[in-house]
Amino acid sequence: MTTKSPSCCHPERNRFSGGAKDLLCILTLISLVLITVLLPLRGAAQDMPLFRWENFTTANGLPDNHVFCVLVDGNRIWAGTENGLGLYENGAWKVFRPDNDARQQSLAHQAVLSLALDKRTGDVWAGTMGGLSRISAGRIDTFTQLTSGLSNDIVYGVGVQGDFVWTATAAGASRLNTRTGQWTLFNERNTPMYEIWTYSVSPAEDKVYYAVWGGGVLEYDVKTERWKDYNDPDGETELVLMKDQGLIHEITTSVSYVDKILWVATYFGASRYDGRYWHNFLQKDSGLPSNFLNQIKAIDANRAWFSTDKGLAYFDGTNWAVYRPALDTRKPEMLVRDAVGTVKKIPVQSAPAHNYVLGVDFQDDDIWVATAKGLSHGIREKNPVETVQVLSTHKAQHKK
Amino acid sequence: MPARPISRMSFRRMAKVAAIFAVALLAIAAAPAPKQAATISKERYLSPLEIVSSPDGRVLYIVCQDSDEVRVVDVQSSRVVSKVATGRMPRGIALSPDGRQLYVTNAWSDTVSVIDTAALQVVQTLPTGYEPSGVVSDSANTTLYVANRLSGDVSVIDLKSGQETKRLLAGRGASYLALSPDGKRIYCTHIYPNAGAFRTPPNSEITIIDTERQMVVERKPLHNVAGVFHVALSADGRLGVAAELRPKNLIPLAHVEHGWAFGDSLTLFGDDIGGTVQIPIDELDRYYALPWGVAITPDKSKIFLTTAGSQSVTVIDVPRLLKTVRARRQPFVNDLSASADYVLARIPVGHNPRGVLLSPDGKRLYVANRLDDNIAVIDTATEKVVSTIDLGGPGNADALRRGERLFYTADFAFQGQFGCANCHLDATIDGLQWDLEPDGFGKDIVDNRSLENLAGTEPFKWNGGNADMPTECGPRTEKFFFRSQSFNQQQLTDLVTFVFSLPYRPNRYRAANGELTPAQERGKTIFERTKYKNGKPIPDSNQCATCHSGPKYTNQKQLDVGTGKSTDRSPVIDVPQLPNVAYSAPYLHDGSARSLEEIWTVFNPKDTHGVSNDLTKDELNDLIEYVKTL
Repeated sequence: MTTKSPSCCHPERNRFSGGAKDLLCILTLISLVLITVLLPLRGAAQDMPLFRWENFTTANGLPDNHVFCVLVDGNRIWAGTENGLGLYENGAWKVFRPDNDARQQSLAHQAVLSLALDKRTGDVWAGTMGGLSRISAGRIDTFTQLTSGLSNDIVYGVGVQGDFVWTATAAGASRLNTRTGQWTLFNERNTPMYEIWTYSVSPAEDKVYYAVWGGGVLEYDVKTERWKDYNDPDGETELVLMKDQGLIHEITTSVSYVDKILWVATYFGASRYDGRYWHNFLQKDSGLPSNFLNQIKAIDANRAWFSTDKGLAYFDGTNWAVYRPALDTRKPEMLVRDAVGTVKKIPVQSAPAHNYVLGVDFQDDDIWVATAKGLSHGIREKNPVETVQVLSTHKAQHKK
Repeated sequence: MPARPISRMSFRRMAKVAAIFAVALLAIAAAPAPKQAATISKERYLSPLEIVSSPDGRVLYIVCQDSDEVRVVDVQSSRVVSKVATGRMPRGIALSPDGRQLYVTNAWSDTVSVIDTAALQVVQTLPTGYEPSGVVSDSANTTLYVANRLSGDVSVIDLKSGQETKRLLAGRGASYLALSPDGKRIYCTHIYPNAGAFRTPPNSEITIIDTERQMVVERKPLHNVAGVFHVALSADGRLGVAAELRPKNLIPLAHVEHGWAFGDSLTLFGDDIGGTVQIPIDELDRYYALPWGVAITPDKSKIFLTTAGSQSVTVIDVPRLLKTVRARRQPFVNDLSASADYVLARIPVGHNPRGVLLSPDGKRLYVANRLDDNIAVIDTATEKVVSTIDLGGPGNADALRRGERLFYTADFAFQGQFGCANCHLDATIDGLQWDLEPDGFGKDIVDNRSLENLAGTEPFKWNGGNADMPTECGPRTEKFFFRSQSFNQQQLTDLVTFVFSLPYRPNRYRAANGELTPAQERGKTIFERTKYKNGKPIPDSNQCATCHSGPKYTNQKQLDVGTGKSTDRSPVIDVPQLPNVAYSAPYLHDGSARSLEEIWTVFNPKDTHGVSNDLTKDELNDLIEYVKTL
C-alpha cells in the first residue's frame, strides 16, 4: 500500500487553522500508522491456521500423559508414550505394552520414542527404549540388538523408505531390508559420524537424513550410497558467529526433508537448507518461542512446524504463529508474528495440553500434538475476523 | 541228415527242465532285493500337485512338481493333450478370471510363469520373493498375489507392468492363497508356526488381505496350530475352511493313542461360524494324517479334504457340521468322537493325495495323487472313485519313489496317526522342538532339522547317537515314534535312498555367480579367523572353521561347546551341517536360539562356541551374512 504524504503535511493545500491543522495531522498520522500496522497483521493473523484444541490424557484412556511422538494413520492415531503405545480408533484408546510371556511377539518396551508408517503396507514401526517393533494388522514382531542385527535397543527414530526401515539408535544407524532380512549398520567406522548417538531419521526417495545429537546432520544419498555431513561452522559453541553460514548447532534433535529442503531442529535454534543456502532461526530474530527444539516437521519447502519447550510454532515462510498455554497464566494463547516482527495475541478458547511439545503429525487440515502432559488434537477452524491485540511493533522484543 | 524225431521220453524230460527253470526264475524275481539300493530309474516322475480347470471344466491344468511342467488334460477323453515347461519345482497354479492366462509359481526359480492358455506357451516370467508357492489373481486380473514360503510374505505384483509393487507380511512359511467369491479378500495360510517363545504352544494365523487397499487388514489367530495348508471359501463366501495340523510337541512323545502326537483338524471361519472354530477330523482309533487340499461344493453341502498321509479323501457333511458347531459351545477339537457327527465318508485314493478340484457343476472331484502320477476322479454323489487319469509318468515305482511314498504315508504309525512328513513338512522342517521319550520326560529337548543333502554327514541325531541313516530311520522309529510297525529291510533301504536324494534348495543369499558381497566377505574372514583381535591364537578347537569344515560344514564329531542345558543328559552334541541354515530357525540342538544372532548374543557367554564376544555388532552382522550364504 502506498502511503501518501498526508495532505496535512502540504502547506499550500492546508485549509484548516493552525491548531486544527496540527490535530488533523496527528490524527492522520496515527491512522496511517494503525493502518500500516494493522492491515498486514490482520492479513497475517487471518492466514495463520486457527485450531480448536481437544486434549487427551490418561483420564481419556491415553496410556501415559508423557507423549513422545504421534503418528496419523488415516482415521487412526498412534501415540508413543512413556508407558505404552496407544491407538485411538473409533473414539476409544487401545493400549499396547510389553508382555513378558509373549516377548518377541509383544511391544519391545513400554517407552515408545518414535513411530513411522509404511504407507504401502499399513505396517507401523515403533522405536522404543528396548528395541524396534513392527505392528502389522494386530501382530507385533520385535527386533532387539540381541535377537537381530539392530545396532542398539534404544531406538530414538525410525523411518520407512520403500522396502527399507531406517532406525536412529543410541549406537549409530541401522537399515533393515524387509525383503531379505539383511541389516546394515552405519556408525563412525563407515560414515563421517563422529558421534554415534543418532536422534532422528527422515528418509525420502532420494536421500536419508539423520540428526546426530552432538554430531550435526548426516545425509545419505540413496543413488550413490555415500554419506555427507553438515556441521555447525561455529564449532560446538553456543555462539552464532557466522549466521546463515551453516547448521545452527551440532546438537540436533530432528530433521525433516521435504520438497528438497532440509529443516533441522537443534537445542539452540533451527536451520533450513535448500542445498545451497542456509537460513537459521533463533528466538531473538524469529517467531520461535524458544531455541530448544524437540522436533521439526515440514509441510513443504516454505512451511514447517516447530515443537519447542515453550510452545508449538508454525512458520508459513513469512509469518509465525505460536500455540500454547500461556507461560505465566496457563490460559490458552495464540501469538502471531509478522515479517516485520510485530507480535499480536489472537483470542482463543483452547490450547495444546502443554507448552513442552515433543512432536506433531498431520491429519488433513488438523494437527495432532505430543506434549509432556497429554496428546492434543488441533481441529482446524475457519479464521474469523477478530480484533487482535498488538503486543509489539516493528521488531519482536528480545527475549531470553 | 534228417532231424531226429523227439521221443516222448525226451519231451517229458525237456518239459520238466523247463518247469524247473521257470520256477527258478520266479523264485529269483520274488527274492527280496539286496540291502544296497536298487538301481534308481533315470526316468523323471511327474508328481502332480495342484489342479485348476478351464471355466467350462473341459480342460484340466495340472502342476507337475518333479517334471517342471504343466500337463494339460482333456476331461472328456481323460488324456494328456499338451505339456508346458515351467521353471524349477512348480508348486502353485491359478487361472485368470477370463481363463486366458495360467499363473504358475516356480518355487526354486523364485518366479511366476505366465502361460497363455490358447497358445499353451509361457509368455512372461515375473519375479517374486523366496520360494513362491500359492498364487491367485484379483477379480479384475490386474494384480497377482504370490505367497512366498521362505520369505514369509506375499508379493503384490502389478500385472500390467510385471513389477512387484510391495510385500505384505504373512505367516512364517506362507504358502496357500484363496480369493473370496466377492473378490474383496484374499486369505493366506502358512506351514511353519510363527515365532514364539521357547517351549510355548505354537501359534499360526490366517492372513487376510484387502484387495482394494492391497494391505493386510486382519490376522486370524490359530492357537496350538503348526502347519496350515489349503484354505477355501464357499461359493456364498460365508464359510471358510483351512486344513491344519495340531502337533502336541510340548508333551513327551510317550505314546500315540488318543491323538497324543498329532491332531488333524480344520479351522472354520466366516459368517456361518461367527468367529473361528477348530474341529477334529480324526476318529478315536483312526487318524487321517496331513489334511491338505480343501474343496467345498457349490451348494455348500459337502467339504472334500485330502489327507496326504492317509491316501484318502475325507467327505464332510456341511449342514451337520454347522449344526454340531452351533450346538457345542465349548471348544471340542480334542474330542475325537466328534467327527462321527459330520464325516460322511473316507474315500481311498492314491499315494500322497494333494490338490483337489471340483468340476464347475460340482459333480466330479479331481484329486492329484502326487506319488502315483495320476488324477483320481470321484463322483461326488456316490463318493467313489470312478476313474483315474494317467498323466503319463514312468509307470513303475523305483527305489526313490517307493521311498518317498514311505516318507509321506502314516500307515506305519499306530492307528495311522503320523508319518515322517508330519514333522518334515515337504521334506523340510516343522519349526518345532520335541520331547522324545527314550531319554526321559523333559530331557533332551530336540529341534527338528532339515533333511537336505544328508549323505556324508553321519552320524545322525542331535548327539550323534545314530551311526547311519538306516539306524536313524530303522527300528527306533517303530519303538519311539510310530509305536506300531517299522519298515522292513527293503522299505528301509528305499526310505534311506529317498532321504539321501533330497537336494539343497537354492540358496538365495549367495549370488548366482558365487561372489560374496563385501559384508559376506568380511563375515567369511571372521568365520575363518585363527586369532583373537589382540593377535593371540584361538585354539583350534574353538575356531569356527575347525568344527564346521568340509563341503557340508561339519567335521562329523561330537563335542561340548557349552550349549547344553540343564535338561540335557549330556552337553555333547553332534556338529550340525550348516548349508541353508538360514532356512531352519530356530537354532541349537534344542531350538532355544530363536535367531542366528542369539547363538552368540545369548548362548555363547564364555566363548565356548567359537570366539564371538570380541566382535562389534556390525562384525557379528557380517558373520551372519556369511553364514547365510552357506
